[in-house]
Amino acid sequence: MSFLADNFPLLRDAFLTTLSLAVLSGLVALVLGTVLAAMRVSPIAALRGLATFYVETFRNTPLTVVFFFLAFGIVYIDLQFPSRFITAVAALSLYTAAFVCEAVRSGINAVPPGQAEAARAIGLDFRQSLSTVVLPQAFRTVVPPLGSVWIALAKNTSIAAGFAVTDLTAVLQRLANANADQLAMVFIAVVAAYLLITLTSAWLIGILERRLAIVR
Amino acid sequence: MRITRYAAALAAAGVVLAGCSSDAGETADDAADNTAAVATDVEFEPGSTMAEIVEAGELRVGTKIDQPGFGLANTAGDPEGFDVEMAKLIAAKMGLTEDQITFTETVSANREPFLQNDQVDMVAATYTINDARKQVIDFAGPYYVAGQDIMVAAGNPEGIEGPEDLAGKTVCSVEGSTPAETIRSEYPEAELVLYDVYSKCADDLRNGNVTAVTTDNVILTSFVAGDPESFELVGNPFTEEPYGIGVQKGADDFRDFINDVLEESFEDGTWAEAWDRTAGAITDTEAPEPPTVDRY
Repeated sequence: MSFLADNFPLLRDAFLTTLSLAVLSGLVALVLGTVLAAMRVSPIAALRGLATFYVETFRNTPLTVVFFFLAFGIVYIDLQFPSRFITAVAALSLYTAAFVCEAVRSGINAVPPGQAEAARAIGLDFRQSLSTVVLPQAFRTVVPPLGSVWIALAKNTSIAAGFAVTDLTAVLQRLANANADQLAMVFIAVVAAYLLITLTSAWLIGILERRLAIVR
Repeated sequence: MRITRYAAALAAAGVVLAGCSSDAGETADDAADNTAAVATDVEFEPGSTMAEIVEAGELRVGTKIDQPGFGLANTAGDPEGFDVEMAKLIAAKMGLTEDQITFTETVSANREPFLQNDQVDMVAATYTINDARKQVIDFAGPYYVAGQDIMVAAGNPEGIEGPEDLAGKTVCSVEGSTPAETIRSEYPEAELVLYDVYSKCADDLRNGNVTAVTTDNVILTSFVAGDPESFELVGNPFTEEPYGIGVQKGADDFRDFINDVLEESFEDGTWAEAWDRTAGAITDTEAPEPPTVDRY
């Protein structure tokens, strides 16, 4: 136990790094993904095509490759993120936005067409009907799939350990190598920290889901 | 006409491929010629670790496959390097042929578990001997003493001469490695950037995102040898990293046996020969003075 107490500041900082990676990337991905979903259902063909291209690119590329490209690839076109943490947030956001987009789009498709037609009938334009009528209903139905995307994101943050961000997985490597005789303790501590994020999320998502459920 | 052209291209590709395979074949032949002769008249006390291994007809060795000069998989997937030669030497003294060695990849983080779970009989993988590790496994050797050094951009623009000069500079290493731990505890003024593999550190140094890369000199020299136009070694080792052969905890008979084999190879020159055709060939360095085996 003294082993955990000795390394508590390190584990705590790593936990906060993992958590902030997940939260920041999650927020950016939610906004970007929603915009992409709106583009994918928009009446303008160019926007639809652009969003489809984006989703197919990022959804079908391994996350490690996205990381690698942003960390070592864009240097060759004279671009550079200000820090490795921001590189990680960018990679996670861009990647996750594709999944958010598809989840939100499935929600939009689940809203009965009569709703959008009624909105148009009372004179709302595309943007107004989407933001005030369709999306609020869509978000209610996509809480479970968005929850899954969020939990996947929380675990995907571990890729950042390979790109110079000291998150929980990086600390796992550090402590495991420095304390060959305490391997089990290191694993338990790190897994518990991840579970603290994911299980708490799962619980909150469950509550949110029941609160927002549409009684039909 | 088009068909002829394709046929010509195919034929050319065939020639190239044939060329490759025969090269690989020659390299393999060379290696076979150079490896120590398999002992034929060995007998071990029944019940000893060696007797069990000989009876199984297989020596299971954990090694790295991404460390040029020490353990690097060749195009055929077989590991080559100084660590691998040490394993072959030990196998030969047990009367086992090269075909009876099974190499398993071990990375820094899983070397102890592989021994503890009896997945390998021994580990030769640039494995630094230290006390925490001795709690769970045992070490034969050392068979080589590396030292932590610093690699900088060619021309050394920042004038780095030693670890003291790294204060306030970014220095890259691998998370969970002993060199990173040394910088963290001894030179806390340096700003550490930690990836999972050294090749990313080399990329970052080439891009100018870090000032220096630090780890064992043997690893750095292979990077410098691979790209001398970008990199330069400071050449001022500031730690001692004795590389040992990891064996399962309590396998004292096997540990003694390996120590005997190592001492013999130090004496009769096979150790220096192994160096010359592996790590020495890559870094173009003479075999150093053999270290003293530590029979603790």
